[in-house]
Amino acid sequence: MDDLTLSERLRQRGVSRRGFMKFCAATASMMALPPILIPKVAAALEQARRPSVIWLSFQECTGCTESLTRSHAPSLEGLIFDHISLDYHHTLQAASGDAAEHAREEAMKKHWGEYLLVVDGSIPLGENGNFSAIAGISNLEMLKEVAEGAAAIVSVGTCAAYGGLPMANPNPTGAVSVEEIIKDKPIVNVPGCPPIPTVITGVLAHFLTFGKLPELDHLKRPKVFFGQNIHDRCYRRPFYERGQFAETFDDEGARKGWCLFKLGCKGPTTYNACATARWNQGTSWPVESGHGCIGCSEPGFWDAGGFYRALSLPFTDVGETILTAGAAGIAVGAAAAVLNKKTKSDAVNNRETITIKDLEKES
Amino acid sequence: MSGLDAIDVRVEGLGSLGTDNALPLLHEIRHALERLASTGEPTTIDLSSIPFSQHDRDRLFETLGEGEVRARVDAFGPSTVRETAFPGVWLVQHANPHDEELSAFIEISRLPNILTTPLADVEDSAVALAAKLAG
Repeated sequence: MDDLTLSERLRQRGVSRRGFMKFCAATASMMALPPILIPKVAAALEQARRPSVIWLSFQECTGCTESLTRSHAPSLEGLIFDHISLDYHHTLQAASGDAAEHAREEAMKKHWGEYLLVVDGSIPLGENGNFSAIAGISNLEMLKEVAEGAAAIVSVGTCAAYGGLPMANPNPTGAVSVEEIIKDKPIVNVPGCPPIPTVITGVLAHFLTFGKLPELDHLKRPKVFFGQNIHDRCYRRPFYERGQFAETFDDEGARKGWCLFKLGCKGPTTYNACATARWNQGTSWPVESGHGCIGCSEPGFWDAGGFYRALSLPFTDVGETILTAGAAGIAVGAAAAVLNKKTKSDAVNNRETITIKDLEKES
Repeated sequence: MSGLDAIDVRVEGLGSLGTDNALPLLHEIRHALERLASTGEPTTIDLSSIPFSQHDRDRLFETLGEGEVRARVDAFGPSTVRETAFPGVWLVQHANPHDEELSAFIEISRLPNILTTPLADVEDSAVALAAKLAG
């Protein structure tokens, strides 16, 4: 059974060659590959063998696993997950206790040097790593042990990729990301709080298809999904270009679907695929539902100064901006100051129920 | 699909200006048609890779209209293939066995790939028919 290729496995399940081509088209789309590469995906998947995957969960909320198991193309993701051998995932596996740990050890021994390690959650270094442990083994120790025999590591979620919420100031557990600890293995970061399910599966599908990790950017993110920022792919971008902004969450601009930049949208500085991949069975995504992007796939988003503060606004107030603006930044600082004043006065004039000020709870 | 449909939510339109994202795609299709006519080279556009609102999709489909051919393929869930009012421009939508959309493509070709019989199936057919006649 383990030696079957993916196409043989699908054929065994009654999926025809046309069905296989359709599967390849959908997989290529999920991997954000151009349609011209569909025949190459088909040729690679014809020969793909079943890889072993060990999934370790550390300081996390299980949101990443929830995201994946509630993805909106269940049959496609199901087929991929049926094809990989998920040998250890302590939330999803039936075994528990010693039996679960033995499954992990067996998989490591059998596939040493070849298995894919998926990690969600950050790793606490404080108190000798004793803030979090599984089966009496600290997260730090388990990560080092399992990473040693891995072919590659996928850090799923912002916690594993960049430290995430556990790392938020004052970082009581001394949380760090996977790449802070493991320096000698190929690592791909799939950030997001949680990450988009099709992006997680897309990376696994890429490994399955081509036997290697996809091309990465400077933050080790797959370029196909994180190559463009939210702002550039946002359907509300034309409103930004026309200078049409929502000033409060219930003004006329908000009702007409105008740009949420002034309400703190972090789309211009956030690289992710939400605008095209969407969420909840493809229903919508944060900006489409009327809330700005909070930048959850960026390093340090948790301490970035407020979800409802416009990117061009100063952290404190106008006076400080002028003081801190360097020579090159003076024009920006001045523009921000005008915007700051205008936002505040408009918000007072147009106030209906909620303003940025209310949300920030500032004096 | 879900209980959301039961909630009486009125979604206001994006205004008379729309977002204009359908127009560049229609021009891309026009260029692909010219290429198909002059060199025979087909083009496939993945609709899920483009930042489209429902408004954009509606406008795209409205502009392309309905053509002469409609086909349904049942393989790993239903797929629908429709030629638009512009011959050579096809809308191909793939769904999973639960009838949820997996992917959607605009194919600019003389015949979409999914409708052609794979060569391996033809070879298998010859063997299967021969076996049936022999038996």
